Amino acid sequence: MNYLLLIYNNEAETMALGETALKKMMGEYTDFTKSIVQAGSFKAADRLRPVSSASTVRVRNGKTAITDGPFAETREQLGGYYLVEAKNLDEATAIAARIPGAKYGCIEVRPIWPPEAY
Amino acid sequence: MIRLLGDFDMAEEARQDAFAAAIEQWPSQGAPANACAWLISAGRNKAIDRIRRDKLFRTKIADELAAGDGGVAEAIDEGHAEVFGDDRLRLIFTCCHPALNEEARIALTLREVCGLSTLAVARAFLTSEETMAQRLVRAKKKIRDAGIPYETPDPSVLEDRIEVVLAVVYGVFTEGYAATAGVQLIDVELCTEAIRLGRLLDVLLPDHAGVMGLLALMLLHDARRASRVSEAGDVVLLDDQDRSQWDRNEISEGLTLVDRSLSIRGHVSAYAVQGAIAALHAKAENSAGTDWPQIVGLYEVLLRLQPTPVIELNHAVAVSMVDGAARALDLVDSLAARGRVTQYHLLHAARGRFLQQLGRLGEAREAYSTALRTATLEPEKRFLAARIAGLQGVCTPPVSG
Repeated sequence: MNYLLLIYNNEAETMALGETALKKMMGEYTDFTKSIVQAGSFKAADRLRPVSSASTVRVRNGKTAITDGPFAETREQLGGYYLVEAKNLDEATAIAARIPGAKYGCIEVRPIWPPEAY
Repeated sequence: MIRLLGDFDMAEEARQDAFAAAIEQWPSQGAPANACAWLISAGRNKAIDRIRRDKLFRTKIADELAAGDGGVAEAIDEGHAEVFGDDRLRLIFTCCHPALNEEARIALTLREVCGLSTLAVARAFLTSEETMAQRLVRAKKKIRDAGIPYETPDPSVLEDRIEVVLAVVYGVFTEGYAATAGVQLIDVELCTEAIRLGRLLDVLLPDHAGVMGLLALMLLHDARRASRVSEAGDVVLLDDQDRSQWDRNEISEGLTLVDRSLSIRGHVSAYAVQGAIAALHAKAENSAGTDWPQIVGLYEVLLRLQPTPVIELNHAVAVSMVDGAARALDLVDSLAARGRVTQYHLLHAARGRFLQQLGRLGEAREAYSTALRTATLEPEKRFLAARIAGLQGVCTPPVSG
C-alpha cells in the first residue's frame, strides 16, 4: 500500500532555529531519505515553502477567487511530505516515526486510495 | 480466516458461507473428523468463489489463495493447536490497534474476540444497537482502508502494543465494575468478560508481568464484588464489607499472580502494584489489621509509575490510616489546589471524610454536598446523601422537651 506522510510543524519555531540546529536537521532529513530509498519504501518527497507563500483558490459560480494564505490557520503547518510504499499501517507508522520532524511536530499518515478501489 | 483473506468483512462472509455449507452437507455426509479445519477450508474455498465472482478484486488474490500454503486449516489438520491461539492473538492486536479510537478498540474486542452480540456491546456503552452497529462498521472500515495489519506486532513495538491491549481489557473491567452513569453499580457480564480476556492473554502471552498483574488486579477486585453493594443496591465501604463474602478462590489465584508478576525482573507492572495493594486488603482480617504502611509505600511506587490524580487521592486515603486525617487533608487540598480534579466527586467525598474525622463537621457537610452534586451513579449519590444526613444528626441536637 502507498501512504502519504504529511509533516506538520510549528513554522515559527522552525524559522527561529539557529543556523547550526537547522543544518543538523537538514542532515537528519538527508540521512532519513537515503535510508528509505535504500529500503525501497521511498516514492516521492518534498519540502514546502512556508505558509506565508501560500495562496488559496476557490471557484464559485464559475468565478475564481484567490486569497492570500493557507486554507486553515492552525498552530502547526504542513511543511512537507513523503510518499512511501509500506506493507501495512504498522510499517508506515514505523517509517513516519523516523521522520526527523516527528520529534518536534507530528506526522499524519494517510493511506492512498488506489483508483481500482474507488 | 481474517489473516488468510486480509479483510474483516470478507472473512465474516466466508465464515457465514462455510457454516451454511456445513448445515447443507453435514446432516447427509456426517460431520468431518476435524470440524474446525473443515470450516476454515470451506470458508476459504467459498471466499475464492466470491473473489472470482467479484470483478473489483484483482484476480491475483484469488490465485494466491488457490495456490495457498494451506495456512491455518493445514496447521490445524496437523494438530498444531497453538496456531489457532496465535490467530486469536492476532485478532486481539488488530482490535486493540492504537490507530483505532479507544471506544472502538473496546467495542471491537467485545464483539470480535469475546463474541458478544452487537446489542450487548451497545448496552455496555449505553447506546442503541443501531449506533453501535455503525461504529463497528466504521472501525472495520478503518482497519481495511488504513491497512491495519492482522499480525502480531513487530518485537520493537510489542511491549507498547501489549500495554494498549491491557488498557482495553482493564477498560472493559472498570466499565463493568462501576458503570459510568446509571443505576446499576456493577455490570457482572463485563467483569466476567474482562477476566476471561485476561486469562486468554495469560495463555497466549505466558509469564508476562503486565498480563499477570492485570489478571491479578481484576481477580482481587472481583473477589470483593458480592460485598461491595448491599442487597438494597447501596455502596458498602471497604471497612464495612462482610469479608466472609469475599471469593477465596479468586483471592488465592490473584495472590499467586501478583507474586509471579512482581518476581519478573526489570519490569514492574503498574497493574501488579495495584494488584499488590488489593492483595494486602484481601489478606487482612479487617481494616484495623490491614498493613496500611505498606499500602502507602505501594501507592508511592505507583505514583512514580503513573502520576495521576486518582492515585494521588488513593494515596491520601492510605496516608490517613497511617498518619491521620490532618496529613491526608493537606495532601488532598494540595491536589485540589493544582486544579485538575475539582469536578471529581471522590475527591470531595474524601475531603468530607477527613474533615469529619477532624471534627470539622460544617466543612465536612459542605464537602459531601459538593461531592453529591458531581456524582453521577445513583448508589453513590444515596451513599453521600446518607453521610450528609448522618452529619445533620450530629450537628442539630434533638430538642428536649
